[in-house]
Amino acid sequence: MSFAPAPKRSWTTRSREIAVGALPPEKLLPDSQPTYVASWIYVFGVASIAALMVIIGSGAILSLKGPAWWHFTGVGHFFNSIHLWSVELFFFFVVIHLWGKYWMAAWRGGRSRVWITGAITFLVAVPAALTGYVSQQNFDAQWIATQAKDGLNSVGVGAFFNVTNFGQMYSYHVLLLPVAVVALVAAHVLLVRKHGVVPPFELDKKVAVAVSTSQAAPPATGVQGESP
Amino acid sequence: MTRLSWWPRERETAEWSGGYAPYDLVKELFIAVGVVALLSVLLTVLFSSPDDRPSTVAQWSRGQPVDFIAAAAKELAGTSNTATYGPPYNHNSDGQHAAFLYPQKWLGVSHPINTANDFVIAPLRTVPDNPTLQSAIAQFEAAPEKTKMAWAEAFAKPLEQYEAALEENKAPGKDVSVDPTTGAVTVKASRTGPVPIMMSGLLDLAKSGGLDGSLLTSRQFFQTDYTKPLLFMSDGGLLAQRAEAQHLLGDQWGMMNETGSYPGQTWLWLYTVWYQVEPFKTSENADILVMLVMGVLSLAFICIPFIPGVRSLPRRIPIYRLIWREHYREHQAEA
Amino acid sequence: MLAAIFNLNHPSHLVHWHFFQMSVANIVVIAVMFVVFALAITLPFPGAARRRGKGS
Repeated sequence: MSFAPAPKRSWTTRSREIAVGALPPEKLLPDSQPTYVASWIYVFGVASIAALMVIIGSGAILSLKGPAWWHFTGVGHFFNSIHLWSVELFFFFVVIHLWGKYWMAAWRGGRSRVWITGAITFLVAVPAALTGYVSQQNFDAQWIATQAKDGLNSVGVGAFFNVTNFGQMYSYHVLLLPVAVVALVAAHVLLVRKHGVVPPFELDKKVAVAVSTSQAAPPATGVQGESP
Repeated sequence: MTRLSWWPRERETAEWSGGYAPYDLVKELFIAVGVVALLSVLLTVLFSSPDDRPSTVAQWSRGQPVDFIAAAAKELAGTSNTATYGPPYNHNSDGQHAAFLYPQKWLGVSHPINTANDFVIAPLRTVPDNPTLQSAIAQFEAAPEKTKMAWAEAFAKPLEQYEAALEENKAPGKDVSVDPTTGAVTVKASRTGPVPIMMSGLLDLAKSGGLDGSLLTSRQFFQTDYTKPLLFMSDGGLLAQRAEAQHLLGDQWGMMNETGSYPGQTWLWLYTVWYQVEPFKTSENADILVMLVMGVLSLAFICIPFIPGVRSLPRRIPIYRLIWREHYREHQAEA
Repeated sequence: MLAAIFNLNHPSHLVHWHFFQMSVANIVVIAVMFVVFALAITLPFPGAARRRGKGS
């Protein structure tokens, strides 16, 4: 007996099927959340993303006019200040988000990759900030570069990552590290969408899962059955 | 695949099969961006941002000529911090190590710097119309290595003593003096060969701004690599002096600080804390030791979901009861 | 140059305690972080009625 060969699947079809299988539209952009998402601590993830967007926006304006602009014009200095304060806000929100997620043990239920991508994002954001500080072209940049080089040289990283090389540091700061941070944040958010927000700890078996008659569980795709 | 029986397993977390409530994620994002943008603008309007002007070699040589000449003499003698740094600048030391780990040495010299040549002789050669200076350089270059070192060290010694006296708040000796009219530095030392002429020439070049340019454009016209002028300046005292005034030194927890009274890099607290305590505080290998500790802690941070004890602490310290109090209240009522 | 309302361009005040040393600005930031965290986990989050019953 002979079988007809299976049709060859295109890479495009396979990519689409994998993506849509992992994240159907209703899961990618759900319009409802479990009822336990009921605390202000939950806004610090989106606040971190918002801060990242302000960082990138103000950074884009600074890069329009080049690295020396902000020293010589009021408008340039204004956008440099926004860039600096949005960085402070980013780390402020990210750390509070991290505290919240730790005390919720948000890695439970197969969500360890969510934690891992988040932790790596923080660890990549630190050199992203460092490359910014050494690209300021002022005294602070001179001091930070001549100090940071010792730590980096001691572990051999200084051999290919030279904090006193402004051109290299500016490239890392404007392109390479922001791309890395954005990619990590995207992976982190997609994983949260895939696994859902972590459920609360069970106090005891009786309250483990809500099976209330007044709140019917939604269909598998998580869409609330309401018409607009 | 068999599961290792002794590996601590996560207490099972059931998938949520309870109720959902409308939640507008996109609107939330827009609100968040608006609020954060407004906050950033508010902080900008209130506080602006710092911008202390950078130091130049010209400023350094004009403001602190003795400190400049002292550093330059050490560069020529090969006894400065940069000259004895080791990789990635030169092979004059193995650099830092931790037990059998010598990564600084292993990664090699990727940015070669010969301080005598790159900071002193090559810039001096660019000075035109000064036959005395060029002849002094030629005399220095033609001498054997031992003689060069002896000349440079003989010149550097009174300068080191002068700087040490100033640091200890003692009256410096009369071997070093600065002419108040011309700004020329005179060093009383014998058997210094052509070094005094070279140092005087370098001071003049530095004061004119030519040394800043020469250190930067030695390889080609277009440059973005400030390694040479920065290393030369950091071998002197000017940058550290400015840093100390702004509380940026290592032992001032400076890594976390910003110039002025601005908030700095608070997220670096754990990194800088190690430098304040033994054995890191007085170790010659402080940097690699701290980097290794932070490397291990960073890995542990990433792996928290897998570390017994750390992963179960949130269960034991029930901050979660506050976060999910509405959920527990609702479902305990139903149960 | 657009002037800031508060000029922070002067050397920072430091808080010393044993070997611990931190600028006032950094201490303020860290203190505010703890306060905001505490508020975030204690303040009620809007929409409780919608979550309790099915909002139509």
